[in-house]
Amino acid sequence: MEAVIDVTWVAVCRATDIPADGGACALVEGEQVAIFNFARRGEWYATQNLCPHKQQMALARGMIGSTGEACEPKVACPFHKRTFSLLTGECLNGEECSIQTYPVKVEDGVVYIGWA
Amino acid sequence: MVLQPLPTVVVIGNGMVGYKFCEKLLAKTQAFKLVVFGEEPRVAYDRVHLCEYFGGKTADDLLLAPLQWYHDNTITLHLGDPVQEIDRANRTVHSRGGLVQPYDYLVLATGSSAFVPDIPGVEKAGVMVYRTIEDLEEIKAYAATAKRGAVLGGGLLGLEAAKALLDLGVPETHVIEFAPRLMPRQIDAAGSQMLQTKLEALGLQIHLSKATSSIGGEDTIDALHFGDGSRLEVDMLVISAGIRPRDELARLAGLEVGLRGGIVVNDEMQTSDPRIFAIGECALHGGMIYGLVAPGYDMAEVVASQLTQGARAFTGYDMSSKLKLIGVDVASFGDPFIAEPHSRSIVFEDAHRGVYKRINISPDGKYLLGGVLIGDAEAYNLLLQTVNNKIVLPPHPEDLILGARGGEATEGAGVLSLPDEALVCSCEAVTKGAICGAVTELGITTVEGMKKCNKAGTGCGGCVPMVKDLIQGTLLAQGAYIKNVLCEHFEYSRQELFDLLKINDIRTYDAALDHFGRGDGCETCKPAIGSILSGLWNDLIVKQNTIQDTNDRYLANIQKGGSYSVVPRIAAGEVTPEQLMVIGRVAQKYGLYTKITGGQRIDLFGAHVSDLPDIWEELINAGFESGHAYGKSLRTVKSCVGSTWCRFGLHDSVSLAIEIENRYKGIRSPHKLKSGVSGCVRECAEAQAKDFGIIATEKGWNLYVCGNGGAKPQHAQLLATDVDKETLVRYLDRFLMFYIKTADPLMRTATWLNKLEGGLAYLKNVVINDSLGICAELEAEMALLIQNYHCEWREVVENPELRRQFTHFVNAPTLKDPSIEFEPVRGQKIVKAW
Repeated sequence: MEAVIDVTWVAVCRATDIPADGGACALVEGEQVAIFNFARRGEWYATQNLCPHKQQMALARGMIGSTGEACEPKVACPFHKRTFSLLTGECLNGEECSIQTYPVKVEDGVVYIGWA
Repeated sequence: MVLQPLPTVVVIGNGMVGYKFCEKLLAKTQAFKLVVFGEEPRVAYDRVHLCEYFGGKTADDLLLAPLQWYHDNTITLHLGDPVQEIDRANRTVHSRGGLVQPYDYLVLATGSSAFVPDIPGVEKAGVMVYRTIEDLEEIKAYAATAKRGAVLGGGLLGLEAAKALLDLGVPETHVIEFAPRLMPRQIDAAGSQMLQTKLEALGLQIHLSKATSSIGGEDTIDALHFGDGSRLEVDMLVISAGIRPRDELARLAGLEVGLRGGIVVNDEMQTSDPRIFAIGECALHGGMIYGLVAPGYDMAEVVASQLTQGARAFTGYDMSSKLKLIGVDVASFGDPFIAEPHSRSIVFEDAHRGVYKRINISPDGKYLLGGVLIGDAEAYNLLLQTVNNKIVLPPHPEDLILGARGGEATEGAGVLSLPDEALVCSCEAVTKGAICGAVTELGITTVEGMKKCNKAGTGCGGCVPMVKDLIQGTLLAQGAYIKNVLCEHFEYSRQELFDLLKINDIRTYDAALDHFGRGDGCETCKPAIGSILSGLWNDLIVKQNTIQDTNDRYLANIQKGGSYSVVPRIAAGEVTPEQLMVIGRVAQKYGLYTKITGGQRIDLFGAHVSDLPDIWEELINAGFESGHAYGKSLRTVKSCVGSTWCRFGLHDSVSLAIEIENRYKGIRSPHKLKSGVSGCVRECAEAQAKDFGIIATEKGWNLYVCGNGGAKPQHAQLLATDVDKETLVRYLDRFLMFYIKTADPLMRTATWLNKLEGGLAYLKNVVINDSLGICAELEAEMALLIQNYHCEWREVVENPELRRQFTHFVNAPTLKDPSIEFEPVRGQKIVKAW
């Protein structure tokens, strides 16, 4: 089943611009968006680049990975290692802050971000 | 249908206890509307750890809960607007800002203020108290220029204030106490004496039996005058002579207060008006003011329970306490003073190590009644539990403070022998039974998990080691095999993985995960495996940069705001005027804040990520290379000028330091490595504070290892004496490689040695006597690492593909991060505060 989301797809960069199993920051409609190339699983994720803990534009430089039995994909902020789910944007360290996630797709080697 | 409005609970005071009351009430019910008035401009913060404000913590770090928490729990919060009047007849409170707030129940958590004795001159500038963050800021401002500071009061808070002055770098700090000894309320005379000796050794000057008669100076303090006619010149004074309950509101409202202050409450914490409660340091219960946080939390629990038809009562509180004063453990528990004929005491005193222990046992030798621990309070939790739970003492109670000598009993077994009702976390009232139950019933296996589960260890944190022991002990008792594992993705210790990856010739993180791990990895195992791979092969880390921490990924140190700092290698601190000019020109061109580091190097701050390769290129062209300030690797080998210039120098410490630094540069280790070489015993390079330090002797060099500055300073220990340079280097190769292979992730050499079974004697045997027969292997492994050294900066500068990754926006490479903002300071720039 595919969720129908009312978004505009914005072409952002080439897939090869984002390091494998890492992230990079892109400017999308004036906003800083962190894009993650989860090459190990063949998945892509996108979130806000701002870490809500200390308001730093840094998430794209964080390490990605997964946690738990379900292997929930996550990113760790390089500043103080707060981790966030790449699926829901929730903080996984029991703190009440979360981040915005964006739909992302790759077609013909181009990365698109779904912009609402 | 008309909804009944919720009954209103008004809390006056947003300190630790006032906050805890809100938290406890919300945990029980949502049936009240909560309104909180606070006098201070901040939300409740952790006053117990206030001194950490000086140790680099920010005011935000100390908050018990962020502002958002109050909002999320629909608490109406009025900060900076103290209540000025309670109108009991109309059941309303009136704030300074003019608010009139009705209440159904009122909770007074107004706390206490510093007691300021009536000494002439106490109003002069430079005289302060130690109570709030604002007080601390004032102290900080004065301490910046003060030459001599004094603290009035040698009690618990006074000594904490003295530590604050030490931390702030006041060159001379005095403690003035009226009583003939320190902390007279908590510890006995012999304990005070030991504490005094230790504190004096740390640089405090202590004056006892001194009555301060007046404070001298025009408008600003310049001296203290004492009753015995003596005087002490000081330029700042912090008064810490006790606390005074804030009962003025209650007094105004006609509530009963004690003769010497404090709002009188019954066992239900009710004041003389049954709708008004008082908790914390403002409450007078059974003639006592409780000046600790744990009883205050207990009082908060009592009121929350009363409001929800519970039956909890407050029946007094154990005032046992354990703290670290200026790095010295001080603890007292039960009745520390009880003496013959009601008790017999066992005393252990070690003037060499500065340890004093006293336990008081019942005359029949069956029960522990109380005691005092100075210098080493590791046994505190167990002793306190032994008192509180009336546990029958073993036949040799002296083992409790001396440890079992020759026996097999371990501390873990001691913790497990406690009864289930033993209170382990007194701040959050969590029993041993609850902690062990969380392990067996809920599968909790970590301290972090326990904190989330039942809050054990979230208050003062003193019980955390015991919680850890209980978790491990319970798991062991269940037959679980406790393994030291990297993280959820690798069921191996770092040392095991080091061997596995070596034997299987694994050279990438992905291969390691495929062979020995599961899942997709995380921020713990990625850099740990990265470190192992570097320790094995010393390949360029830029080849696998997404498994590195951000500093290693960008080969620079990330700083507040997201800019980076750059440190070129200046081996041993030796630099030519030409090189200095190059650094100056680069800093000027890229607008970098420039500062000399503690390791005799120069740090250039505020570089945008996209400028890094250009900065490196200019530095490399002038003969510089990476200083690896960003890596878990050798940072710097500090040196004094040695025999080349110094009239005392025995050997050429600079040349040796340069040689050592160039030998080990760039090699990755479990944590950073620092080193120093001193040309004589005067030790200007501070080699004994380093991971490995070398000091010249008449006959050669002495090698010290496993020293540490940092949060827990530790002197390095002497590994080898009077060795020549070749032997020294050989020992160093072996020592470093042994550490690289066997330490846990992020474990400094000092901790590694502390945990190494057999300690220094064992290490000597391995490194010098080759007791494991691995020295040749260690030397060969080190030789490989040295041979494979490359400057990582150069690799990026010369590789267009890598260089391309140094941009902030992947789709706008020329644009710098607009969110980084700087502000000017003393002719340079710094980043805006977060």
